[in-house]
Amino acid sequence: MEWESVIGLEVHVSLSTKSKLFSGTASEFGAEPNTQANIFDLALPGTLPAFNEEALKMAVRFGVAIGAEIGTRSVFDRKNYFYPDLPKGYQVTQLDFPTVGKGSLTITLEDGSEKVIGVTRAHIEENAGKSLHEEFSGQSGIDLNRAGEPLLEIVSEPEITNAEEAVAYLKKLHSIVRYLDISDAIMAQGSMRCDVNVSIRPKGETELGTRTEIKNINSFRFVEKAIHSEILRQQEVIEDGGEIIQETRRYDANKDVTTSMRSKEVANDYRYFPEPDLLPVVIDESFIASIKSELPELPDTKKARFMDEFALSSYDAGVLTATREMAEYFEEVAKSCGDAKLAANWVTGDLLALLNKNDIDITDSPIQAQRLSTLIGRIKDNTISGKIAKTVFESMIDDSADVDEIIENKGLKQVTDTGEIEKLVDEVISNNPDQVQQLKDGKEQVLGFLVGQAMKLSQGKANPGQVNQLLREKTKQ
Amino acid sequence: MIEKTAAELSQALSSGEISSVELTQSYLDRINKYNEELNAFITVCEESALAQAKAADEKRANGDASPLLGIPLAHKDIFCTNGVTTTCGSRMLHNFVAPYDATVVENFSAAGAVMLGKTNMDEFAMGSSNETSFFGPVKNPWDTTRVPGGSSGGSAAAVAADLCAMATGTDTGGSIRQPAAFCGITGFKPSYGRVSRWGMIAFASSLDQAGPLSKSAEDAALMTNVMAGLDKKDSTSIDKAVEDYTATLNDSLDGLRIGIPKQHFAEGLTAEVEQGIRDALSEYEKLGATVTEVDLPNNHLSVSAYYVVAPAEASANLSRYDGVRYGYRCENPVDLEDMYKRTRSEGFGDEVKRRILVGTYALSAGYYDAYYRKAQKIRRLIKNDFVEAFREVDVIIGPTSPHTAFELGAKTDPVTMYLEDIYTIAVNLAGLPGISIPAGIANGLPLGMHIVGKDFGEAKILNVAHQFQQHTDWHKQKPNFGQED
Repeated sequence: MEWESVIGLEVHVSLSTKSKLFSGTASEFGAEPNTQANIFDLALPGTLPAFNEEALKMAVRFGVAIGAEIGTRSVFDRKNYFYPDLPKGYQVTQLDFPTVGKGSLTITLEDGSEKVIGVTRAHIEENAGKSLHEEFSGQSGIDLNRAGEPLLEIVSEPEITNAEEAVAYLKKLHSIVRYLDISDAIMAQGSMRCDVNVSIRPKGETELGTRTEIKNINSFRFVEKAIHSEILRQQEVIEDGGEIIQETRRYDANKDVTTSMRSKEVANDYRYFPEPDLLPVVIDESFIASIKSELPELPDTKKARFMDEFALSSYDAGVLTATREMAEYFEEVAKSCGDAKLAANWVTGDLLALLNKNDIDITDSPIQAQRLSTLIGRIKDNTISGKIAKTVFESMIDDSADVDEIIENKGLKQVTDTGEIEKLVDEVISNNPDQVQQLKDGKEQVLGFLVGQAMKLSQGKANPGQVNQLLREKTKQ
Repeated sequence: MIEKTAAELSQALSSGEISSVELTQSYLDRINKYNEELNAFITVCEESALAQAKAADEKRANGDASPLLGIPLAHKDIFCTNGVTTTCGSRMLHNFVAPYDATVVENFSAAGAVMLGKTNMDEFAMGSSNETSFFGPVKNPWDTTRVPGGSSGGSAAAVAADLCAMATGTDTGGSIRQPAAFCGITGFKPSYGRVSRWGMIAFASSLDQAGPLSKSAEDAALMTNVMAGLDKKDSTSIDKAVEDYTATLNDSLDGLRIGIPKQHFAEGLTAEVEQGIRDALSEYEKLGATVTEVDLPNNHLSVSAYYVVAPAEASANLSRYDGVRYGYRCENPVDLEDMYKRTRSEGFGDEVKRRILVGTYALSAGYYDAYYRKAQKIRRLIKNDFVEAFREVDVIIGPTSPHTAFELGAKTDPVTMYLEDIYTIAVNLAGLPGISIPAGIANGLPLGMHIVGKDFGEAKILNVAHQFQQHTDWHKQKPNFGQED
């Protein structure tokens, strides 16, 4: 039987507010356990929440960016369950009246096609703390640094049909929240986390199958693999005559399988009710309008502009706008060297390869935008050839010297002296009488070979344009 | 001197008739002598009280004339006090020392009042007789075989027996007003949001409100002046200017329109309490007020709605007592679940557990609409009843409780106990201010009159209460207890 899968994602991003959602405590990543927890975070008796409006602004910014309905009156609710890293015994979240309602975002797939994925809602909630089981023999430690940090939980419609789309959706979300500067969204550090809901059904069927939820996946790659393996598992279960149980599962990356979680979450009645310690959050149109007016250029708009302004292909523009930092880097190079096409080639080519190979973020690139721009400038003014430029580029990684200095020191400057080039050309002609004859007979392709020979002789330094021209002149009938 | 009101003591202090240290010592002596029998205090802060008194005397010498400077008070043990145990009347917090002061505590400190100690209360403020306290019941100074009312029973008994000049309390369904009525003192619950709840241990967040227990309406006004105000740490506190509640105490009541709810003068009300309130109303008529009947048609639903909303909120508010971070933890738990179960089974008393169960049930999947949502709807109906009634009248007056103080151990059935607050609960559900003042003595026990005002009508009901006290002396009646001095 042919199957199709239906996938929905619940993505938590930590909002990068200066302080926690309700307590005013700072929330830096990586601080000593329990050094960022005040009396409210510890849920001491008598303490009360005070809502951090910065989190509201960030949530609304996200909502506006994905064209969502904004809840003008959002209500916090208590979600009740017992767990040692949940100090109050309830999590404050938004159930019926989230700050962000229905919206959507557009993903681009590998074949270049686009698809719109609906976002059901995005609500503000507080993070729990962390239980530490390893360090304490027979006991558990609790770290409440994270407790009360603001999260935005973004829930997609079940409109994703495979792992590739899921990853594209996640990457798009990642890109948007970073463009908006509302979250670091670093999956490895937990500031972006993903729960995946997966179900399968016979192809063409309209009713949804029973879904499972895979919790807390912390990398794009694992999301992809977890979905693949869960789809396969569900197919096997059903094809073996079994039934899918609605449950929470965990992805084991070592074994590349999902396993059932005996979870605190399972079969829990959370007994939601409106949080009486907080008033409903009421915002008006002017609040939304002011946030809209402060919105930065977002990836889709930027991509369109790059295609239009710099005549880039959809693919290149997509790559170059994937992150705000990448786009800023590219734009600086393009504007400064005056050749967007070359700039795009260099950034998407050599530079990206270098960064990927060494797992470096573009903001930490060993070659800053200005230097790359200078390098491209030297190609354009014929100081070096494109090929030599690659050698210079390699040197620039470890050598922070001026681009011109590197070219000079390594003697890579292009030979443009007509006399010298004439010598090279003469040598090539005398060494390759057969090919010269073929060229004279009109076999144009041979010209490339002869130019190549001349370049080889010059160790790449000869100006290929000049070589080309001279060869033509000298082999004319 | 110890029997005087705070306003009178303030004069004595400023005239130099007595010092705060002497006054404080007198109360401490009385506490030492009588607390064992009354059990009104859980913690007495002898040393720090005297130090605060000394500081107050110095401030006064330097020209500080704040009205409550140097006046000894007691805080209900529900308010967190930095460095002093805050038990909330529970085994769960028998050893809990807060590292911070409640806003109410901070405000009284700033006003220069002297904290004598922390008063006994029903566990987590759940009770109407002060019998649910882990630290044992409080006795009513008018008759020590009787209850002082609850949950602020320790504060009420302490004020009535002159173990302090004034005290703080909290009122979720009548917990200030009913004990004030039973102990023959003045007890005032301001509008919801008027006094910050920061540092006040939560029972039912949408109903809890702090207020004064005092020897006169004037003292209640002085205390409210100190307690009231916006607090950014409590999101439900109201951003509304605080009036000087003493400024309008002497306004004339000529033309005052008093409403009496027919539902409060119906079955269940004892004849002696009814007579006391009717006499009080005649007194008001003499002062120029008119009395008309008003209808609160949904009043009969208030106790039921309350016992859904309050336990529901409590069930979540009390989840933090899990033995993980502070307070009671059971001995040798074998695992997490065992720790939770035994900590909470052993740490909470029966009434608290009962309400947690009721609240948990009311919020459960499948029952939420039938209970919690419906109760919230009733709450709106009750509020509307008051809004309608207040179109015709300025204040609503009735009995605080259907009867006078009952005997210790007399009410063993929870529902009978819940009906104790039948006249006061609706006021919490509607968020309105209400005051109970002494309005008579029946069979040797005080009875309380309940005056309810409009939203943020604090000044008006304090004025109405004060005028009554200017023309009657029920509030000056003292129990025989401790009179041999």
